[in-house]
Amino acid sequence: MNLTLLILLPLLTAVLILLAKGLQQIRVIGLAGSLAQLGLAGWLLKSFLAERAAGNNAVHLFESNQTWFKALNIQYHIGIDGIALAMILLTSVIVVAGILVSWTMDKLSKEYFFLLVLLSMGAYGFFISLDLFTLFFFLEVAVIPKFLLIGIWGSGDKTKSAMKLALMLMAGSALVMVGLFGVYYNTHTFDMVQITQQGIPVAVQKFFFPFAFLGFGVFAALFPFHTWVPDGHASAPTAASMFLAGISMKLGGYGCLRIAALMPEAAHSYAWIIILLATIAIIYGAFATMMQTDLKYINAYSSISHCGFVILGIGMLNKTSINGAVIQMVSHGLMTALFFAAIGMIYSRTHTRMVAQLGGLLKAMPFISTVFVIAGLCSLGLPGFSGFVAEMTVFMGSWQNPDGAYRFVTILSGASIVVTAVYILRATGRAIMGPISAEHELLSDATWNEKLAAVLLITGILIIGLAPFLINHLITPSTDAIMLQMGKIIVSK
Amino acid sequence: MVYNILISLRQELVLTVLIFLLLFIKLGKDRSNASILNFINIALALNLVAGFYCHETAELFNGMFNTNALIVFEKNLLNLAALIISMQSYAWLKDNKNVIEFYLLTLTSLLGMFFMISSGNLLMFYLGLEMSTIPLAAAANFDLTKRKSSEAAMKLILSSAFSSAILLLGISYLYGTTGTLSFSILTAHINGSPLQLFAFILLIAGFAFKISAVPFHLWTADVYEGSPVAVTSFLSVISKAAVLFTLVNILYKVFTPIANTWYLILVLLAAATILIGNLFAIRQDNFKRFLAFSSIAQVGFILIGISGSSQIGFASLIYFILIYIFSNLAAFGVVAVVSALTGKENISDFKGFYKTNPMLSWILTIALFSLAGVPPTAGFFGKLFLMMAGAAKGNYGIIIFAALNMVISFYYYLRVVKAIFMDQNDTPVEKLQVPTVSKIAMYICVAGVIVTGLASAVYDYIYSISIGL
Repeated sequence: MNLTLLILLPLLTAVLILLAKGLQQIRVIGLAGSLAQLGLAGWLLKSFLAERAAGNNAVHLFESNQTWFKALNIQYHIGIDGIALAMILLTSVIVVAGILVSWTMDKLSKEYFFLLVLLSMGAYGFFISLDLFTLFFFLEVAVIPKFLLIGIWGSGDKTKSAMKLALMLMAGSALVMVGLFGVYYNTHTFDMVQITQQGIPVAVQKFFFPFAFLGFGVFAALFPFHTWVPDGHASAPTAASMFLAGISMKLGGYGCLRIAALMPEAAHSYAWIIILLATIAIIYGAFATMMQTDLKYINAYSSISHCGFVILGIGMLNKTSINGAVIQMVSHGLMTALFFAAIGMIYSRTHTRMVAQLGGLLKAMPFISTVFVIAGLCSLGLPGFSGFVAEMTVFMGSWQNPDGAYRFVTILSGASIVVTAVYILRATGRAIMGPISAEHELLSDATWNEKLAAVLLITGILIIGLAPFLINHLITPSTDAIMLQMGKIIVSK
Repeated sequence: MVYNILISLRQELVLTVLIFLLLFIKLGKDRSNASILNFINIALALNLVAGFYCHETAELFNGMFNTNALIVFEKNLLNLAALIISMQSYAWLKDNKNVIEFYLLTLTSLLGMFFMISSGNLLMFYLGLEMSTIPLAAAANFDLTKRKSSEAAMKLILSSAFSSAILLLGISYLYGTTGTLSFSILTAHINGSPLQLFAFILLIAGFAFKISAVPFHLWTADVYEGSPVAVTSFLSVISKAAVLFTLVNILYKVFTPIANTWYLILVLLAAATILIGNLFAIRQDNFKRFLAFSSIAQVGFILIGISGSSQIGFASLIYFILIYIFSNLAAFGVVAVVSALTGKENISDFKGFYKTNPMLSWILTIALFSLAGVPPTAGFFGKLFLMMAGAAKGNYGIIIFAALNMVISFYYYLRVVKAIFMDQNDTPVEKLQVPTVSKIAMYICVAGVIVTGLASAVYDYIYSISIGL
């Protein structure tokens, strides 16, 4: 199984889109390409499980290591563990859904689909990288498409949002870069596997960990670097919002996890700061959402809150909490993509996203309304959906920490779910239930492509929600491997 | 023996012959500009190809003139840039009746740079430098009907005369304290005495003038704005690159005994250059002024890379300049075409450019992304490797500073991209008929921007020839 296919396939799709003529051809190629990605990811899962079943217990499977820049000891080193595979699966699902909901995009459609596919390529490359340089390369590859997608096809104050997002993400990657240089000059390699083996001196870790972690934190909407999230998401076109929240914020969470695993001593000593910031993000995000009247802003602010759980899980540094963080990344990716898709469908029909101007949509568009309600229920953590599994796991992990302050923080974060329930139920009640206004009465329900996208995402949510052992089975060996490195330190303290 | 000299000097000889041929053509009967332009482009292309063969190490004229694989490669880079500029100015020169004079000036300047890069002696270096600067001042005045053009030429010649004088003073002090001007002997006599340090600072100031490092940058923007686009791109790419090659050569080879001193100077210069270049670039609307300040900021990044004084630094500098040639010339190429065909040179004129000229828009965008250092363009690799080289000495303060400045630079590059793609404009630049020759030059640049980064073989090649120097 050659992982480079995951980069080549989107690249080929992108080139074909450039060569295509006419809207029909472009979107068919886009859909075919994204379905091929989904198939590839599924096949990857199958071969991964087969390898594991055959007793291959290596941390990373399908490894391949080629020299890229020989003089600088930069390798194109790729391979995946369970966590990376989970993220790849998430990406491929969201790409298909994103292409499907963009089916009717007719303004500069060639460029639009091209950029969407390019963004997915950056994400795949990021998740398969085992070399920090390659990782960083793909991290930045994914920034520019976002800027153009929001700036050209967005709504509202789009250029300002696009600029804000691009600059903040670039600042984040500038911080990451400083951290990576520090690691490089103290270990003489960018290879994560090698770095793990040889370890980084503690003093170096303590100096460079904040740079790298906060840098990725910007991508993961860590407080106080979250300000790009609301504007960026609200201004972006539907598919771009889905990609942004579903894929691109996960780059940050995944990066934070890897950095914590690479520099365990520093992660341990800075854990309280990470947890503090994460808790602020969770609570602040939840309360800020209460104040929003625009559906997209509601989902964007709630994303800050939900992504706080990812960072909280990483900051708690134990097996259960990190498992929870990974599940939360996947769950939030699917859930928020579904939410944005539903909002996009509503907006394209009613031309408003203001909760106050909507109402009784269930009567006019039952399918879309159901999707909206499912996304909302998943967001507030109803058992049976993925959100419950993810947040529950994070709480269980956090509670394992006997320290009083940590317990207090856990309770606080847990309480935020009540706030989540308030704003979700309120928005759902106003927009979906109640009397419908006359002008909305005749609106049509979802088309085949929108239905397909929603069903795909809901399937993912239900699989995690009803059979959490599946994803646990996939990621636990990898978290074990991370804990093994960290365990030595934590026990010795 | 004669044969050896011919081979070692072949790049200079080709240019000299070309210059004399042009003089004869000028004397002879009138020929169409198109044929002259094609002839020159082919000659430059042949010179480029010839540069890829036989790079043996040689020392001619008692060490006045050195050549080796690296120097040949550096000259090739300059030649490549000259070729691209020549192709891009096709639209502008096609109907210009002074086309031959333009080439006489620029090619003479290029010849001077070749001698400067090859110099093994401060005297030779100075001769080469003057030979490269003075014709450019004349070329800056090439738009004879424009007042700004004369102003640019005046500013250029005065400031270069000033900087040359400073440089010459430094050289004479250096001669006074060491008794020699030859690079190979000089090193042994450098001991860091106060007078030598003073001489060194004068020398560095002279260099800083030529590469327009802050605080010696004040001439840059006006000269860039007033000169014709072709001359501006010549100044910002070729003449900077040539001086930088020589600067690194002198720093790494001659002034090794006082490496700690120049490390400090370079870091300070770099920090000031990046910051000032960035802050002024934000405010510009004229595209040429914008590129002038952005190129000042780029020089700051280059100085950071040089300050690391490592093998990686040397290779990264040359690598970055190769990328800089491609990306900056791609940007200048689009500006040149738009300016030649419509006379518009402001960023605000580029609003809504994508609607009418999608291809040119993408070329300009890719070029700007490369200048900003965004992957997958080559600029990402170039800038990253420069910063890596700069971090080699463990001075992370300057790296953090530069990294934050990269974000500022990102802002103003994106501002142009925003104008092209997102801003509304009722009267955008109309659809342009770009001459084929210019188009080819732009495609070469874009291909270079994409391939040079991803194909690591380029970097490895540069690294391998820069070893042992």
